[in-house]
Amino acid sequence: MSADVELQNISVTFGNFFAAKNVSVKIEKGEFFSFLGPSGCGKTTLLRAISGFLDPSEGKVLIGGQDMAGIGPNKRPTSLIFQNLALFPLMSVSDNIAFSLEVRGVSKIKRKKRADELLELIALSGQGEKKVHELSGGQRQRVAIARALAIEPEVLLLDEPLSALDLKLRQKMRTELRAIQKRVGITFIYITHDQGEALTMSDRVAVMNEGELEQVGSCDDVYNLPNTPFVATFVGENNPFYAKVLSVEKNLVKIETQGNTFFATAGKINEQKNYSFSNGDDVLMFIRPESIFIKNENNKLDNTFTAKVNTVEFEGNLKNIYLKMNSEMDVRFSVPNAVDTNELINNKEVELTFSSKKAIVLPKGTLAVN
Amino acid sequence: MNSFFKKNGPLISTYFIIAIVFWLIFLIVIPQLYMLDLSFRPNLPPLLRGGSDDVHTLVHYKHFIFGSESSEDAYNYVDIGVFVNTIFTAILVTIINLCFCYPIAFYMAKVANPNAARLLIVSLIIPFWINELLRSFALRILFAGEGVINNILIGTGLIDSGINFIAMDIALYTGLTYAYILLMIFPLYNALESLDTNQLEAAKDLGSSTFRTHWRIVIPHAKAGIASGCTMVFMLTAGALATPVVLSSPNTYWFTQLIYQWFNMNDNWSRGAAYSILLLSASVIFVLLMMRLFKVKIGEIVR
Repeated sequence: MSADVELQNISVTFGNFFAAKNVSVKIEKGEFFSFLGPSGCGKTTLLRAISGFLDPSEGKVLIGGQDMAGIGPNKRPTSLIFQNLALFPLMSVSDNIAFSLEVRGVSKIKRKKRADELLELIALSGQGEKKVHELSGGQRQRVAIARALAIEPEVLLLDEPLSALDLKLRQKMRTELRAIQKRVGITFIYITHDQGEALTMSDRVAVMNEGELEQVGSCDDVYNLPNTPFVATFVGENNPFYAKVLSVEKNLVKIETQGNTFFATAGKINEQKNYSFSNGDDVLMFIRPESIFIKNENNKLDNTFTAKVNTVEFEGNLKNIYLKMNSEMDVRFSVPNAVDTNELINNKEVELTFSSKKAIVLPKGTLAVN
Repeated sequence: MNSFFKKNGPLISTYFIIAIVFWLIFLIVIPQLYMLDLSFRPNLPPLLRGGSDDVHTLVHYKHFIFGSESSEDAYNYVDIGVFVNTIFTAILVTIINLCFCYPIAFYMAKVANPNAARLLIVSLIIPFWINELLRSFALRILFAGEGVINNILIGTGLIDSGINFIAMDIALYTGLTYAYILLMIFPLYNALESLDTNQLEAAKDLGSSTFRTHWRIVIPHAKAGIASGCTMVFMLTAGALATPVVLSSPNTYWFTQLIYQWFNMNDNWSRGAAYSILLLSASVIFVLLMMRLFKVKIGEIVR
């Protein structure tokens, strides 16, 4: 059994502070849905409102079409996985997993059977008698998932459960979480500040900032067609340019920034519509580092500019090259590791190029980083 | 030892060692060993001490069980009765204390916001600036035949004539429960505070009732604190003197009152020592039982 979750105009206030501001979103049955945002953006608040630990100041939470107002966390068809997992350290792994059955008065034999089933699901068969502290970080993670799944919830809520793991294990657990979700087929609502986690696992992502939803959409859309400057800079890397509109032709916008003129595409306001600009508007243009190339015979796109090399940063699979366009503006682009960058010595002037299709123009707004 | 000296410097290290040795040997081991030895010796006038009559004997322990030779009873019903009553009342007081303090400690540790918790702690501590004897007398004024409580009850028409709280020993139980309340609350508070609040929420999220969450998660976590609080309260209650003297009914004796009488009024130190050893033994057995019951080690209790 799986249920959809609908948030209708949810606001949560603490005094004068809005932890969540008029949030409305519908999460479909069986979907892997992520709330992505920086810490303090209100995503955990929303999760607590869905799980029932917090009553929204305004608005409704509907699970499977039913209004959850006045229904406590122990009566909701949701299970929550905590950031620190909150496994019970004095109980065995099996007792942890079967705790939700124990409180419902299920017999010992049935509890053991269900615990064994779940241990098999999380590939920990035969380890039910161990204490929690005898398991590794990844195993504990899986026990927490099994414990949450034991009563067959309709919605599983996950509050940054991978944040305590090291990088390799985190990447492995992403794949595993996704596989478990596919197998059990219930709705997963995932909270994270890590865009890698959100993008690799989710069907859809909601990007949040300061209590408000900035954009809800598929991972592709959120990355390639950001609706706001915040989304453009929070999800992935981006080069922002403060610019002025020179002319507009359908969705092709000609802009001027720091003495350069570029052609770029008007960004989406939502899934259907593009923004419309008029001459003289103050705007932001975004171009991703992987969409900028060194200009040569093979790479000649409709925008070109020159900049001075500042530093070359090695990141493993990529190299990031930071350049100065003038005293104020920095720009970076990245090339695969295999590309030879020996010629890019300091202060060398290089000619760069990018496509107007990849450059997106959005109205001025808050950036995720300054 | 070398690293201890290196770490703390010669002056502080020497002070520590002298202080601890003095504390252990002179203030605890020697007096207690003297008491133990004394309890096995006859009560002799000073001139005869160390003489041929000064031999080890079980006479005082026999007296506790069988009574004086002039008595006609087979056993010393009076003293045994006082002893058993003291131990059982102390256990009862400990249980009442635990039931009373657990919710308060839980509220302070997990429910109240930090400022409210601090205020609560201060308001719990301040009354204990008043000494035990004064607090006991204050309770006596409250519980007396024409005391505050009776006056209120009669004034509001709830009862017609005063209740004799002192004769019913209600005043004594109240006084004893209140006297060592802090020694129960603080170990509990310490233990409960270290419980991860997410555990409570996780249990609730998994459908657990409040009672079951406490039974399965909170109490197992706090058991060392519970054992620690219970042993301290029990020992101090069983060994209390001022509160029973002031608040007990004329028919109720506390075992410490007997000990006090042997030492001070009857000038029989040997018998007083024997009775003290009996009380100490009962207390130690109680501690060991508590540790067994809660499956905690001595190291956890003192944590």
